[in-house]
Amino acid sequence: MSNFPYFPHTAEDIRQMLERIGVSSLEDLYSDVPADFLFKGEYDLPDAKSEQEVRDWFEKLAALNPKLKVFVGQGSYDHYSPAVIPNLLSRSEFLTAYTPYQCEISQGTLRYIFEYQTMICNLTGLDVSNASMYDGPTAAAEAMRMAVACAKKKNTVLVSKGLLPNVLEVIRTYAKYYGTTIEEIALEGGQTSLSSLKALLAGGDVAGAIIPSINRYGIIEDLTGFAEALHEAGAVLAEYCDPSALAVVKSPAEWGADIAVGDGQSLGIPMMLGGPSVGFMACKKDYMRKLPGRIVGQTVDSEGRRAFVLTLQAREQHIRREKATSNICSNESLMALYVTVYLSLMGPQGMREVNEKSYAGAHYLYEELLKTGKFEPVFPDKPFLKEFVLRPLVDLDALQKKLYQAGFFAALKTEEGYASFCVTEKRSKEDIDTLIHEILR
Amino acid sequence: MKYYDKLVFELSKPGRTAYTLPNNGFKASLSEIPAGLLRSESPVLPEVSEPDLVRHYTNLSQMNFGVDTGFYPLGSCTMKYNPKINEEIAAMPAFQGLHPLQDESTIQGALEVYYEMQKALAAITGMKRFTLNPCAGAHGELTGLMIIRNYHLLRGDTARTKVIVPDSAHGTNPASAAVCGLEIVEVKSGANGLVDVESLRPLLGPDIAGIMMTNPNTLGLFEKDIKEIAALVHECGGLLYYDGANMNPLLGMVRPGDMGFDVMHLNLHKTFSTPHGGGGPGSGPVGVCEKLADCLPVPRVEKLENGKFTVVGSSKTSAGRVSAFMGNFGVILRAYAYILMLGKQNVKMAGKLATLSANYIKESLKDAYKLPIPTVCKHEFVFDGLIDDGSSTGKPGATTLDVAKRLLDFGFHAPTIYFPLLFHQALMIEPTETESKETLDAFIDVMHEIAREAAADPDILHNAPHKAPITRPDETTAARNPILKCEL
Repeated sequence: MSNFPYFPHTAEDIRQMLERIGVSSLEDLYSDVPADFLFKGEYDLPDAKSEQEVRDWFEKLAALNPKLKVFVGQGSYDHYSPAVIPNLLSRSEFLTAYTPYQCEISQGTLRYIFEYQTMICNLTGLDVSNASMYDGPTAAAEAMRMAVACAKKKNTVLVSKGLLPNVLEVIRTYAKYYGTTIEEIALEGGQTSLSSLKALLAGGDVAGAIIPSINRYGIIEDLTGFAEALHEAGAVLAEYCDPSALAVVKSPAEWGADIAVGDGQSLGIPMMLGGPSVGFMACKKDYMRKLPGRIVGQTVDSEGRRAFVLTLQAREQHIRREKATSNICSNESLMALYVTVYLSLMGPQGMREVNEKSYAGAHYLYEELLKTGKFEPVFPDKPFLKEFVLRPLVDLDALQKKLYQAGFFAALKTEEGYASFCVTEKRSKEDIDTLIHEILR
Repeated sequence: MKYYDKLVFELSKPGRTAYTLPNNGFKASLSEIPAGLLRSESPVLPEVSEPDLVRHYTNLSQMNFGVDTGFYPLGSCTMKYNPKINEEIAAMPAFQGLHPLQDESTIQGALEVYYEMQKALAAITGMKRFTLNPCAGAHGELTGLMIIRNYHLLRGDTARTKVIVPDSAHGTNPASAAVCGLEIVEVKSGANGLVDVESLRPLLGPDIAGIMMTNPNTLGLFEKDIKEIAALVHECGGLLYYDGANMNPLLGMVRPGDMGFDVMHLNLHKTFSTPHGGGGPGSGPVGVCEKLADCLPVPRVEKLENGKFTVVGSSKTSAGRVSAFMGNFGVILRAYAYILMLGKQNVKMAGKLATLSANYIKESLKDAYKLPIPTVCKHEFVFDGLIDDGSSTGKPGATTLDVAKRLLDFGFHAPTIYFPLLFHQALMIEPTETESKETLDAFIDVMHEIAREAAADPDILHNAPHKAPITRPDETTAARNPILKCEL
């Protein structure tokens, strides 16, 4: 045998095993495969490497990615990740476990998912959370399908133009194949327009609407009247939220939403070029049986001890096949653990502080950027939390390039030609002053 | 493993904290935001100290079984060892700190990993091009089906609204097809467990978008008529989808692209050694043949003639965008580290050793468990329950569920049970290539011991597990009166 650390078989092991099976070679185990399908060539792969060579290879590539100070959000936020989290997540009892089907030996996974569900319910104010989804945009697409399932017979879902571009794109992709009609609710002064919503509702076929809590311009939406208008039309309100911000901004339940979805990345998960993250999804009790994905419930074992299990499985693909509420058959379990530990570490006070510090830094940057004379306000009176856009008065591409060279990722050019900025609690006053200095240079 | 009965909320006491944040010296305050936009009270979250929190989650972890704890003979899940070098690579700060919308000139190192990974998967599977954007196997299936539908729609062929799925398919196949707006047509398996070509023939026509095949199928059997099936499906204008959940035995031996498949997905958390994480994050790359390359989702990573890497954000012929950014990069890093360790040399052994292990268990246990299909298997096989379930003792016989639960007492995970649906007492066993002969022998001994116990006194099995942190839970009450969050 070759010297490969993950294959335990010695030549003698293989011989004995083949003998038990009653064949004379490993190739004989493929006698059922038509001969012309057996690959005889050499695989176009690199030569096998030692561990050290693997490490060197990645280190070389890692060095090609310059370290930047990030001043952009748009769906991925550079919040602080406490040291405890990677340490706990690397415990192999969590890391190398399978989906908790065998509940008797998966109580660790089931308990943290139950804690996660509780925290998502508490943040959104809604009754039921699933065990998590892939990411925010796919959770929004599932909300679209869920709205159609709740409404029966109605097949149009409204989406606010204020949703992040990638959220809109994923919803549109799912809708195209699922056969749902998507219509856009216009913006008015940087906010989702209630009158546009009402005009679209008059069309009659609307199952629900997906509206951001904080939109693509960073503006905190005022959703007064939205839930009422939708409910009157027999449609559901699904809100797309930043769960970090939910610690301070009005919750989906307070706005009267029926479903809440969003991306958990803002809860301290490293940006990691966009993944893995975790999507969350919660709803009112009435819609519980329409909720896609895994759900963990509390029960007792045969000796009366508190125990946790995967429950309400009659919604799922392994029981219902094509009639399931979704094809999803996992969650992003380890990332759900990530945000559960994060929220436990931060607590209500820490979450408030994260938002306060981000808010204060973002507003400082906003004012300083205006002072440079290179930007002007787009939505001057609209409240924002940590993210905002400005209209550039200079060549944005050239500016961005200059900032990259100075070690900053900032002033991302949006579809509308605005410059998008974001400040988290990780950015100090010195960081911001240096950024301004570079912009002025 | 020992029972531990706390939830993190139960450790909470007002005033405790476990965080520190820098004082960055700004003055603005949240009270500047109109009160009507703020929540009326803080959300209930735990207030704990760091030491208590760490001990809590460590205690929780100790009620969990993982690949590093013991053997998982879990059919169709490919629970192979998760190498530790992979974890080190995925934790490198130079990858973790990358924002997904950074300009491509600032992420050339990361894009090179993407590109090389796409290329390696194409080499291993014989497909032309790959996307790494789907986040899981089922997500890959859905993406693959979107590509198929998009291909037909681009040709103006709107009539292909049905997809053929064998009755032995994974449950996700019909579920993914339904989410993709396709109608499911089931094709039966023959007595030999393989898709029956004669049953397939009449289902084919101008309304068929394609067929979803798992090869080897969920019985661990190679669909030997695949050449004829491919020809028939292609002849009717349909495409062939390959469910890569069972790719492991073919690793280094057979390439789906060579069998005539047009689209496939892989599970990096199965075939390419990344950890399952208790149910994710995974990664479900999708590969396509040449004529479907333009239908791949966006964004796409491509290599330019000058050797630089680029991200293509939109394309008129693309099936669309299926995930937030470019999939689970953290998982892709791990899987590529594994591929570099395997290299062109070791890859040739992986599938063979997985197949060897499966056949070894099958031959060693067929005297105690019913083996409905006795031919050579690939990476997995299915028993249909015990030969002697103990019902001759006058007590109810031991079922597959009982065998599964009893295995937990001996330090093994259970096999996949009651799947595939072709048998009533299915026990689906997949050992993978990373288990030693000693581990397999220990498992075989325990399975024999359980069979002897069942024959003598099936109640030992009915009441199992005896040594896990909990005994069997009341699942009926859990579903009837759902308690889905901690009531505080």
